[in-house]
Amino acid sequence: MIRMIFTGAALAVGIATVMAQGDPIAERRNIMKGNGAATRTGSQMAKGEAPFDLAKAKAIFQTYEKAAQRMPTLFPENSKTGGETTAAPKIWEDMSKFKVAFAKFEKDAKEAEAATKDLDTFKAAFANVTKNCGACHETYRIKKS
Amino acid sequence: MKRTIAIVIGFALLAATGFVILTSPEMVRAGLEPIPAGQPDLANGRTMFYAGGCASCHATPDQDDKTRPGGGLALHSPFGTFYAPNISPHPRDSIGGWTLEQFLRAMRGGVSPEGRHYYPAFPYTSYQRMASADVRDLFAFIRTLPAVEGRVRGHDLPFPFSIRRGLGLWKLAFLDGRMFQPDSAKSASWNRGAYLTEGPGHCAECHSPRNALGVIPAERRFSGGPNPERKGWVPNITPDATGIKGWTRSDVVEVLTSGLTPFGDSVGSNMASVVRNMAQIPEADRAAIAEYLLSLPPQVGRKGPQ
Repeated sequence: MIRMIFTGAALAVGIATVMAQGDPIAERRNIMKGNGAATRTGSQMAKGEAPFDLAKAKAIFQTYEKAAQRMPTLFPENSKTGGETTAAPKIWEDMSKFKVAFAKFEKDAKEAEAATKDLDTFKAAFANVTKNCGACHETYRIKKS
Repeated sequence: MKRTIAIVIGFALLAATGFVILTSPEMVRAGLEPIPAGQPDLANGRTMFYAGGCASCHATPDQDDKTRPGGGLALHSPFGTFYAPNISPHPRDSIGGWTLEQFLRAMRGGVSPEGRHYYPAFPYTSYQRMASADVRDLFAFIRTLPAVEGRVRGHDLPFPFSIRRGLGLWKLAFLDGRMFQPDSAKSASWNRGAYLTEGPGHCAECHSPRNALGVIPAERRFSGGPNPERKGWVPNITPDATGIKGWTRSDVVEVLTSGLTPFGDSVGSNMASVVRNMAQIPEADRAAIAEYLLSLPPQVGRKGPQ
């Protein structure tokens, strides 16, 4: 019985993984939601609406780093439309530039993580790394609602 | 029969004469106001340059210096493709040889020094609200920027939009030429915010729907609309549940400064450029804009095509 449960659980995890792999639009939307949640926490700490927490602050930048590594792999040719994607056609017109933007985001996030020691250094690092968000959204995202 | 032909020709002539008279730039009175005396204030001119978002369209594309307003950016609108002209102080290729009177006429009346109509892709429908002193200061500030050589190509518009003269009728109907009138019942900061939003900021130009004539219905102003470059949807910025209801003043200031929303998102598309501009104006001005937007009557926004 226990074996069956384990097998079932393993199977379920396996299916979920395959599904996520097979659905890059869903995966990139999830990653961006994670970035948004991290950014919200960061904004609240930077504005003094939430207490500063060094571990949480570093975790924000780690979320960005992971996103920056994973995201460039999630834009295959067959994922231009569907699934409520807000990806702009520009991504596929200039994929190398798009990837460079993520490489910069990752580098900036790593530097921000290393530079963050207290609230003041966090504020500066957070303001700097989040400039990447708008810079990318300007060209590569088209909101439809 | 002869009489019928004569009547038809007569009416045609009358209509043609009427068209010529009614579409004349002379019919537009906006921008013919007297120029205020006094030395221009360059710091205020800089604020107007950034509040007005001049660089968003007029900065030379594909280079980082946003203070080189050499023009050339293509705007792919539903009416055709507009190419933003050079507005640097180059004496031959741009506005270097203009007088202040000519600049004021362009900004508030949408009429060029040669007496031609500008297309309202240049948002004089909002700039007409600007105070003449602010236009004077803006002109002085632009003249401190680098002169960029080269004229920009003409617009690429299909008939009938290619007939510039036709804009005269549109202006007669829709360009009221009224400057901003402060509301004495409201605070100074509210009035400042209203002025910046409705005048130089020209926020409604993108954040509103338009009817078939390209006019914004007053009752749906600021409720969001299709991106004028046909790239998705521009959001509702009235305090409705489909807009910015629940946002605090500091939330609005934040989005105008860093681009970050209270939900951890970061605004993109054309707004990214607007944020870069708004970040350059005094914080008190951003707070004033926030106060005004949050005071707007809530409008239900329509969703864009999914």
